[in-house]
Amino acid sequence: MKTTVYSAKNIVTMNAQKPDASHVAVRDGRILAVGSSDEVATWGPYELDEQFADKVLFPGLVEGHAHTMEGTLWRYVYCGYFDRMDPSGTTHRGNTSIDAVLEALKAAEAKMDDPDSPLTGWQLDPIYLDNKPVTRAQLDNVSATRPIGVLNASGHILYANSKALELASLLKKGVNHPGIPLGADGLPTGELKGPDAMAPVSVHVGMSGSIADVDERGLRDFARLCVRTGVTTVTDLAAKLDPDSVDMMLRVTGEPSFPACVVPLRFFLGLSPKELVPEVARLKKLSTDRLSLGRIKLVADGSIQGYSARLRWPGYHNGAPNGLWYVTPEQMLELYELALEAGLQIHTHTNGDQATQLAIEKLELALRKHPSNDHRFVLQHCQLADRAQFTRMAALGMSVNLFANHQFYWGDEHYTLTVGPDRALRMNAARTALDCGVPLAVHSDAPITPLGPFFTAWCAVNRLTRSGRVQGEHEKITVDEALWAITMGAAHSLHMDGLVGSIEVGKRADFAVLESDPRAANPEEIKDVEIWGTVQGGRVFAAADV
Amino acid sequence: MSEPLPVTIIGGYLGAGKTTLVNHLLRTAQGRKLAVMVNEFGALPIDEDLIEAQGDDLISIAGGCVCCTFGSDLSAALIELGKLPVRPDQVVIECSGVAIPSAIAASVTLLEGFAPDGTVVLVDAETIRTAAIDDYIGDTILRQLADADLAVINKADLVDVPTLSALESWLSDTAPRAKTIVSEHSKVPLDIALGLGATPIQSQQMGHADGLFDSIALPCADPLDGEPLAKALTDPKLHITRAKGFFDPIPDGPRKALHIVGHRWDITDSPPNAPLGIVCIGVKGQFERDLIRKTAKEAL
Repeated sequence: MKTTVYSAKNIVTMNAQKPDASHVAVRDGRILAVGSSDEVATWGPYELDEQFADKVLFPGLVEGHAHTMEGTLWRYVYCGYFDRMDPSGTTHRGNTSIDAVLEALKAAEAKMDDPDSPLTGWQLDPIYLDNKPVTRAQLDNVSATRPIGVLNASGHILYANSKALELASLLKKGVNHPGIPLGADGLPTGELKGPDAMAPVSVHVGMSGSIADVDERGLRDFARLCVRTGVTTVTDLAAKLDPDSVDMMLRVTGEPSFPACVVPLRFFLGLSPKELVPEVARLKKLSTDRLSLGRIKLVADGSIQGYSARLRWPGYHNGAPNGLWYVTPEQMLELYELALEAGLQIHTHTNGDQATQLAIEKLELALRKHPSNDHRFVLQHCQLADRAQFTRMAALGMSVNLFANHQFYWGDEHYTLTVGPDRALRMNAARTALDCGVPLAVHSDAPITPLGPFFTAWCAVNRLTRSGRVQGEHEKITVDEALWAITMGAAHSLHMDGLVGSIEVGKRADFAVLESDPRAANPEEIKDVEIWGTVQGGRVFAAADV
Repeated sequence: MSEPLPVTIIGGYLGAGKTTLVNHLLRTAQGRKLAVMVNEFGALPIDEDLIEAQGDDLISIAGGCVCCTFGSDLSAALIELGKLPVRPDQVVIECSGVAIPSAIAASVTLLEGFAPDGTVVLVDAETIRTAAIDDYIGDTILRQLADADLAVINKADLVDVPTLSALESWLSDTAPRAKTIVSEHSKVPLDIALGLGATPIQSQQMGHADGLFDSIALPCADPLDGEPLAKALTDPKLHITRAKGFFDPIPDGPRKALHIVGHRWDITDSPPNAPLGIVCIGVKGQFERDLIRKTAKEAL
């Protein structure tokens, strides 16, 4: 039995019994001992590895709500407003004007050989570009002959050029669809809002098949992003998990160099609750060290900035009608009951506070039928919950994974447009969740916002909006609490806190290898902690090499 | 040019009888080849005795009908349907209990070769009034009803007469665009739920088995202006639930098809040799044969 001992400048364990150490011993991919050089030596002969002697070892970060399809999106042209790092480590400059977006597309177009192949972009967000939608005339300037489609940052709007509309037979008068605005000439402007409006065009702009599903290369690329951001355990929060996709994920994550544990949740779609629960129980048994299956994702409502989240009174600040349910209350209850009975966990997407209320009430009913002491049903996003709701969640044994990044990226719009000042201040109420005793995680929802748990922690600690306002001073949490949320908190939300989330004997040898101790950072600087790479299951991955 | 494939949308909350209606329609299809599309949340809603063969994506049903499921991408599923070797006569979409029918209808309009042909919304006579004021789903149910061209008060046998008439008057406000009909066990005649099919005159000649509905045929031998006729026939006084047929706007010009469901009408291209004549159908007892003939004559 080979034992490797890593020495480090400091080892931040997130284990209160021994918060700091200088050495960690690893055997069979697991942590054998943590402590001083003498303490770890009591386990017998070992090989000393000093490559981290000037680094800080931190528990491998756990991203509790992301979508691995970001790996696939990076094969398209990045059109986002903010600087963003791709899987190879190259940081793409943000496009801070529409002209910059068009230039980025033109540059990519110039490199394409086949004149008919489509040009695809992603992550465009006109909210930051004077809030004017991109038009087909603008995209026609990039190319009038090849189809072009650019995805909005939300993933729910597509901007198309004339050629793409023409291929979809939509470049005509008389189109009558609420998601397809028309120009003065009576023709579509090129903006396609919502999956139904996007669908006829998507296939012509290189987004065939389901954009929600990662492919093989995308999964490998996403894992490279994980190494660069210190993440060793990552969820894929809404996977279809058909047999081909499960085979692919098993094969790719099983490759010796695959650097993360992926946790895909089976999306409630395509099967009735009675069929889904046994299917997920079956999937659970296929789990490996690097692919953890057996959890369910349920989507209750839409999004707040898309005005499709379900809100309680007084509803949307701008008077928009209430949002959409994506599940009936009866189906939610049935699924909760069956999953509790089978001992399977459900993560429920609730953005609006009415959706949160429904989930709480239905889980309470289901628990009366199937009492369960440690179900840890998680509300994902749960952006508008108030104190009374967190109190009930705590009483029912629920957990929450808040969308902390939203405050930075869209907090200003929530304040002025969607929910107004009162509720904007309480969005993603991490302080209240902790005070009420609800186990807390925070997330990026990558690709909606960039993967990077230290940035997510920064959002929860500082609550700054993009314009630089602190939105909800009273909902700030401390650096230590935020660091807990991106390690042990997220691990707890997946029932994996006995396995990952801290550097502790018996756990998987998962480390984020850092240049400095994040606990020592100023709260404003916690997002800037430099990451060297990771150790996952005892295997070392340098960001520079992946 | 062939007619676009008509798409009927069947909406309504859970338990209103959508699945029962779909099975009833399949049983009474009388040679019409229906393609039923069901949302992906429920268990397979087709009665077992109707199923002939079950593939991965498609179920074959007695009488040349098929059934497939759709998830988040209805458009893709419809495009696939368009590629079937045997073209169906009609598409029937069974919505999920929380779907907004107008959103589905709007998506259908975007697809070449398909045209919405009426939204049928079922209500559970016993529970609808309570459900409509539910904090969570009340507004969704009201939105569904507001989209209805045809509102079916189902399970009418479970309520008394005063409740039923109160429900009818409530629906005239809640589903203002809709014709309302009453049914038990979702037994809505095919011609009412899905319209009169590709050959309305023949359909009419086969009669209406249950005897609850009545119909007439307007001959349309001479060229006529479709728009004033369509507007006249949608007058609520006439109590026409559905109408369909073919006419020539000008002598020897391209033939056109007229569709009416509830208060909504549409004029589309027609197959060149479709038989001239428009069939109107409505609930027996309300249906005003003479007034319809008179109104049609005046409109021309």
